[in-house]
Amino acid sequence: MKRLLALAAASVLALAAMPAAAQIKIGFIATFSGPGAALGQDLYDAFMLGIDHAGGKLGGQAVEVIKEDDQLKPEVGVQIARKLIEKDRVQIVTGVIFSNVMMAIHKPITDAGVFFIGSNAGPTPLTGKGCSRYFFSTAWNNDSLHEPMGKLATDLGYKRIYVLAPNYQAGKDAINGFKRYFKGRIIDEVYTQVNQPDYAAEIAQAAAAKPDAVYVFYPGGMGINFVRQYQQAGLLGKLPLLSTATIDGTTLPAIKEAALGAITASPYSPDLDNPQNKRFVADFQKKYGRIPSWFAAQSYDAAQLLSSALRRTKGDLTNKERFRAALKAADFKSVTGPFRFNTNQFPIRNYYRVDVVKDASGQPAFANKGVVFKNHADNYSKECPLK
Amino acid sequence: MTSSLFFTQLLNGLQLGILLFLLSAGLTLVFGIMNFVNLAHGSLYMMGAYFAAAAYRWSGSFIVAGLIAVPATLALGLAVERVALARLYSRDHLDQVLTTFGLILIFNEVVRFVWGSAPVYMNVPSALAGTVSLFGLPYSAYRFAIIAVGLAVGAGLYLLIHRTRIGMLIRAGAANGAMVAALGVNIRLLNSLVFGLGAALAALAGLMAGPIFAVQPGMGEPILILTLVVIITGGIGSIRGAFYGALLVGVVDTVGRAFLPGILREFFERAIAQAAGPAIASMLIYLLMAVVLALRPKGLFPVKHG
Amino acid sequence: MVERMGSARFWFAAAFIGLLALVPAIAAAAGEPYYVTVFSRIMVFGLAAVGLNLILGFGGLVSFGHALYIGIGAYSVGILSFHGVTSGFAHLGTALAAGAMLAVLIGLVCLRTSGMAFIMITLAFAQMFYFLAVSLRQYGGDDGMSIAARSDFALVSLDQAAVLYYLIFGLLAAALYGLHRVVHSRFGMVLRGCRANERRMVALGFPTLRYKLAAYVASALVCAVAGVLLANLTQYASPAYMQWIVSGDLIVMILFGGMNTLLGPVVGSAAIVIIEDLLTAFRLGLPWGIDAIVSAHWMALLGALIIVVVLALKNGLYGWLVAREAGAD
Repeated sequence: MKRLLALAAASVLALAAMPAAAQIKIGFIATFSGPGAALGQDLYDAFMLGIDHAGGKLGGQAVEVIKEDDQLKPEVGVQIARKLIEKDRVQIVTGVIFSNVMMAIHKPITDAGVFFIGSNAGPTPLTGKGCSRYFFSTAWNNDSLHEPMGKLATDLGYKRIYVLAPNYQAGKDAINGFKRYFKGRIIDEVYTQVNQPDYAAEIAQAAAAKPDAVYVFYPGGMGINFVRQYQQAGLLGKLPLLSTATIDGTTLPAIKEAALGAITASPYSPDLDNPQNKRFVADFQKKYGRIPSWFAAQSYDAAQLLSSALRRTKGDLTNKERFRAALKAADFKSVTGPFRFNTNQFPIRNYYRVDVVKDASGQPAFANKGVVFKNHADNYSKECPLK
Repeated sequence: MTSSLFFTQLLNGLQLGILLFLLSAGLTLVFGIMNFVNLAHGSLYMMGAYFAAAAYRWSGSFIVAGLIAVPATLALGLAVERVALARLYSRDHLDQVLTTFGLILIFNEVVRFVWGSAPVYMNVPSALAGTVSLFGLPYSAYRFAIIAVGLAVGAGLYLLIHRTRIGMLIRAGAANGAMVAALGVNIRLLNSLVFGLGAALAALAGLMAGPIFAVQPGMGEPILILTLVVIITGGIGSIRGAFYGALLVGVVDTVGRAFLPGILREFFERAIAQAAGPAIASMLIYLLMAVVLALRPKGLFPVKHG
Repeated sequence: MVERMGSARFWFAAAFIGLLALVPAIAAAAGEPYYVTVFSRIMVFGLAAVGLNLILGFGGLVSFGHALYIGIGAYSVGILSFHGVTSGFAHLGTALAAGAMLAVLIGLVCLRTSGMAFIMITLAFAQMFYFLAVSLRQYGGDDGMSIAARSDFALVSLDQAAVLYYLIFGLLAAALYGLHRVVHSRFGMVLRGCRANERRMVALGFPTLRYKLAAYVASALVCAVAGVLLANLTQYASPAYMQWIVSGDLIVMILFGGMNTLLGPVVGSAAIVIIEDLLTAFRLGLPWGIDAIVSAHWMALLGALIIVVVLALKNGLYGWLVAREAGAD
């Protein structure tokens, strides 16, 4: 009996023990476990580096970043979003790698009037009709990410392509985006289960269809598994593999030589030639011992965006329209090149062709091979009622 | 759909079935002989994979990795059995379920603590990195090796169970454990032996699955559920049941996943067919189990209790 | 187990229920609306665990697939809302009807087996429906579906957290009372008889299958109601609500709270949720980074606690309380 009373008392105390802080609280939601873990880590590390570079504060304001793992599970995302809003009372949420989590938590967060700076996932339904005045993206609309590859594939002369993607919003958006600019024929579209570990069956189907090339979108661990199994099936080198978001800064260390010769399209390359990027890459490498991926670049931009907006409003978040205008101004220099917001609060940006080549020390590395789309806007801003 | 494609998918199903067989063989013996519900079997598979991945990284040799991982997991399994599980043999199934459920939680966190939450990748051994040509079809040499090794282990198990004295004791224990103990056999030793054998087989499965699947926390649970279905379908305590049950489940799952979306696409929109296909293939396995249980409540190849 | 007036256990139960009734008021006074959400969650899962306990604790049937019925309840709300039907009565009615139908069919198949096979086959059915939900791409599939608005019960609006809280509280109290009557009725005695010695019950002429099936269906319906409430609380329906881990969690709640009592599972639910909340925010300032390890790997501690409780306390926390008191008589 006494033990139970003690437990009850302890729980009440625990729930009540919350510091009354004058800091700005930022909730950071990303995937930190499972096959997407490396992506979440890149996102987080870059955001913290961004705070570092801004002098340990954002826009001169002390910030507290509360990190939460969505485990790539939308229902967990919903739970932690509610906890961040109701218990920790964050004023800003940022992050989110995967579109299925994004689709689940977008409404609870924006309904609560909390500003949401997405630094990766950009599902199409939330870019057009589902847009919100509280949501900004420093990344891209999912379709737009794959449009450059559609154009590249056409330019490279491929006529028949077999397409694979995971079966969630981002996968569907990926294939839609690719189709919008690819002028050849898509002989089949295959959607596999998210986080499916074994692609032997699908790879065999793809090879049997005898396409000119295969286009895939498999972020994180899914990409590592797919490319390795593609190689094990003897197709690497025989059947060209085009991809976006599959071979990137987070997955290249695991895929290594199997990725040499890969052609990808990307909003970012580590060797982009602008002063803020040079500083970003050098410091990221020094602090974390690896080259930043585009996830990192987008999250670093998110930190800079917040810093610029907070500086404009001098840390005042009570006037939401004023803060929104400050965010909209995007008064910062992106590491990815030119950057400004469209009416739907998604970026207008460049996309580059990025190949995997051997660098000076013989290791596989990313090399920027030119701009595919300059100041490219997404296809859905007209459907968004925001001005 | 060509016949060569169908054949390739059949091989893939066979490969999955073989992996399931390695896991089910050990588990069905534990179920049948010790009447013990061991949900932590999937965790032993996971530990085998992690030990193998670590040993491979350290030694660079796949064989060495196996020689380290299997005994290490065996030792771990025996230790867990002695310390936590032995006192549960006489308790009811609910207690066993709960305890092994608690073990799953502990193992997953230990693994996350030591190796992190991100998957650990193992390379296919370079000797098997190519393809073999089966009837003119290229098939991954490594997956072919899994089938070969699995069949060899299956044959070895058959010889052990049906041609050796120990095997006779095991079969007797599965049919009537109390009698075997009454006849003066050291039942504790027999139990440990059976448990250890199961752990070793699980470790072997983990070693071989490592290069194909991602080695990550929680990798044991999805496989565990499939293994439980195999055992129930095949018959608790029966190695033969585990073998045929595993092949059946492996083939149904793989072939279903490969061809159902195509069939469903005749009726539904593409993305829906693609989601429904694998899900219905998964449902098929459970439906299969339910039908088998309805017709033969003791499984396809039940052990005859004397 | 009759709760006698004046016994310590009765007062504990009364205090516990009284505290639950006052949570929204305490939360409002302390300015922490989060309490209401946490305790709503405790009660929803407590309700499901109470339902499961009817057949697990009192009937001795270890079902590892009761999360299936939570999912049925949640998807009743989700699918109907998706098609524009927002009436709470429709949601509840559909959940109960679907739950009853499925429970009868599944129960008939499962109850043919016993022991280990029963555990496995209930697990298998839950997995089957998990995959069915995943295959329903138009209802979100793997990703689940957001529910635009809470159930509309005509007289009250559930938009206020406190209102939903009291609805859950009311339904939990009703379920507890209903099950109290069932357990202490002739039906309940037959059920407990089946747990103790089924052969004897059959020899005495009872159609045990009918009794077990009725109990199974009743427990499934309680879980379905819990599912409807869960969907309203989170405004989300997902196949994940049906995973076997959730069924396992319900069993653990019953373990912690004690399976020989009616209120036990709710106490167990509170224990689990509070432990999780305490451990994930562990900040006692211990050295060697123990704080960070505990908050990141708290599930290992939970696993260890489960094992200790199973091996040491045969009847769970609340049941231990019962045993102590009974021993003192």
